[in-house]
Amino acid sequence: MIARWPKSLRFGAGIVLLWLIAAVLAPWLTPADPYAIDLDNTLRPPGGDWLMGTDHVGRDVFTRVVFAARIDIWMGVMGVLAPLLIGVTIGLFAGYFGGLFDSVMMRIVDITLAFPFLILVLAIVAMLGPGITNFIIALALVAWVSYARLIRADVMVVKNAEYVQAARTLGFSSPLIIFKHVLPNTISPIIVYAMTDMVLVVLAGASLGFIGLGVQPPTAEWGAMIADGQAYITEAWWVSFFPGLAAVSFGIGLSLIGDGLARMLRIGDT
Amino acid sequence: MFLKVGKRLGHILPVLLGISIVSFGLIQLTPGDPARMILGNKASVEAVEAVRERMGLNEPVLQQYGNYMLNLVQGDLGESLRYQQPVSELIMQFLPVTGFLALYVIVLTVPLTILLGILAARNRGRWIDQLIRMTSVLGMTMPVFWLAMLMLRIFSVELGWFPVSGFGTGFVGHLHHLFLPAVSVSIYLIPVLVRNLRAALLEEMNADYVVASRSKGLPEGYIFRRHILKNASLPTLNLFGVLITWLIGGTVIVELVYAIPGLGTLMFNAILGRDYSVIQGLTLFYAFSTVIITLVTDMLSALIDPRIEL
Repeated sequence: MIARWPKSLRFGAGIVLLWLIAAVLAPWLTPADPYAIDLDNTLRPPGGDWLMGTDHVGRDVFTRVVFAARIDIWMGVMGVLAPLLIGVTIGLFAGYFGGLFDSVMMRIVDITLAFPFLILVLAIVAMLGPGITNFIIALALVAWVSYARLIRADVMVVKNAEYVQAARTLGFSSPLIIFKHVLPNTISPIIVYAMTDMVLVVLAGASLGFIGLGVQPPTAEWGAMIADGQAYITEAWWVSFFPGLAAVSFGIGLSLIGDGLARMLRIGDT
Repeated sequence: MFLKVGKRLGHILPVLLGISIVSFGLIQLTPGDPARMILGNKASVEAVEAVRERMGLNEPVLQQYGNYMLNLVQGDLGESLRYQQPVSELIMQFLPVTGFLALYVIVLTVPLTILLGILAARNRGRWIDQLIRMTSVLGMTMPVFWLAMLMLRIFSVELGWFPVSGFGTGFVGHLHHLFLPAVSVSIYLIPVLVRNLRAALLEEMNADYVVASRSKGLPEGYIFRRHILKNASLPTLNLFGVLITWLIGGTVIVELVYAIPGLGTLMFNAILGRDYSVIQGLTLFYAFSTVIITLVTDMLSALIDPRIEL
C-alpha cells in the first residue's frame, strides 16, 4: 500500500515518523539531562561533547531540541484535534439541518474570520494567562470556524446525493445518516486541511513560546528555545539556529503529507 | 451599484457588532478579577476597588457593554492604565510605523508574487514549478521570528549592511531600517500568495474560452497575455484579502525581533503589562481594519466585473 503513495507523502510521513520516534524515545536518544545547568560550559559551540553546542546556562542544545519535540508535537496534535472535532460536528449539523442553528453558526463564523487569526489567539491567551493549555483553549475557540465552514459547504452538496436520499427514504435516523453516510464522504478535504493547519498551529505555538506566552521556562520548546538564544545571537548562533531548524523540518514533513494526501485524494489544483 | 453597496453594508453591520461583542468579551476571560490581575496580589482592597470603579466593572455586564458601545461609537476605545492615555490616541501614535512596514511589505511582495505565480502556472509540473513549490513549502514552515533573527545576525551584525533595530529617521532612513523586517515578512507571505495565484491562473487556463482560442490556432503566449492574465486580475485583487490577515500576523512578531515601535510592540507591551483596554482596543482595531479592507477589495472586484454579487 505504501508503495502506491505519492512520493511527497512517503517522504513527509518519514520525516514526521522520525520526529515521533525521537519524541517518544527522547530520554534514550540524548546524552544529557535537558534541564541540567552547567555554568562551567555555557555557550559552547557545536562539536565535541555537544553536538549542537550549549545554551546560556550550559544545557545541551541537542538534548533540548529532541525533548522539545514532545511539547511541539503535542501542541500540534491537540491544537488541531480540538478545533477539528468541534468544527466538524458543528459544520455537519449546520449543513445537514440548515435553519436557525445554521444561520447563527455561520454568523459566528463570519465574525471570527474578521479577526486576524494570530491576533485573536494572542489576545485570548493574554487574557487567560500564559501556557499551552490556554493556547489550545484559544485555538478551540477560534480555529473551529475554518473546519466548520469547509465541511458545511461539502455537506450541502452531499445531503442531496441519491445515496443520502435513499437512506432517508429507508427511514434511517438523521444522526446515523450524518455519521455513516455524510461524514465519510466529506472528511477528505478536512484531513488535508488539518495537515496545513498543523503547520500553522505549531508555528503559532512556537511564536507564543517565543514571546513568553507559551510554555514556561525551563521547559524545552522550539519557540521558547529560539527566544533563549535571541540575546546571544551575535556570539552563539547555535542556541537559536537548531531549534528553528527542527521546527522547519517538522513543518516540511507535515506540508509534504498534506500535499501528498491532496494528490492521492485528488483535492485541489495539484 | 448603489443598491449593491447598500446591501453589502447591511451585511457588514452585524459583523461589526459581533466584533465589538468579542473584543468586549475578552476581559471576561481573565481568571478572577481583572482589577486584581492588573494590580497584583500585594495591592490593597481599596486600590483594587478604585480600579474596578474606574473600569466600570461594578456595573451589570449588559450595562458595561452598553457603555462600551456608546464610547465605541464616539471613537473612544477606553484608556490605557500603563500609558495613562486614551487607547485610540496610542493606536494613532504607533500606527504610522506599522503602516509604513505594511506598505513596504506590499511593495516587495506583490510584483514577486505575480512573477512567481505566472512562472509556476505556465510551467506547471516542470522543474521551475517544482522549485517554486519546494521554496514555498520552506517559506511557509519557517518561523518568521527565527528567519528575522538569522537575517539580523548575517546582514546586520556580520556584514553591517543594515541597522540592528529601530525605525530610523527620514524616508530613506525608514527604508533602510525596515528593509530586513519587510523582507522577513515577505518571505513568510509570498508562498501563501503564490499558491493562491497559481491555483487561480490554472483554473483560468482550463476555461472554455482558452480552449476555444487554442482551437482557433492562437499561439499559447498570446492567449496567456491577452486572455488569461486579464481574467486573472480579479483573483489577484482577491489576494489582498488573504494578504492583509497574514500581513498583520507577520508584522506583530517581526516588530518584536527588530524592536520596531509599531502596533505589534504596543500589543506586546500591553500583554506584558496586563493593559487590558489596549489589548481589547487593538484587537478591535485589527478586526475593523480587516473588514474595511475586505469590503474595499470586494467593491473594486464588483467594479471590474459587474457579474459579481456583493
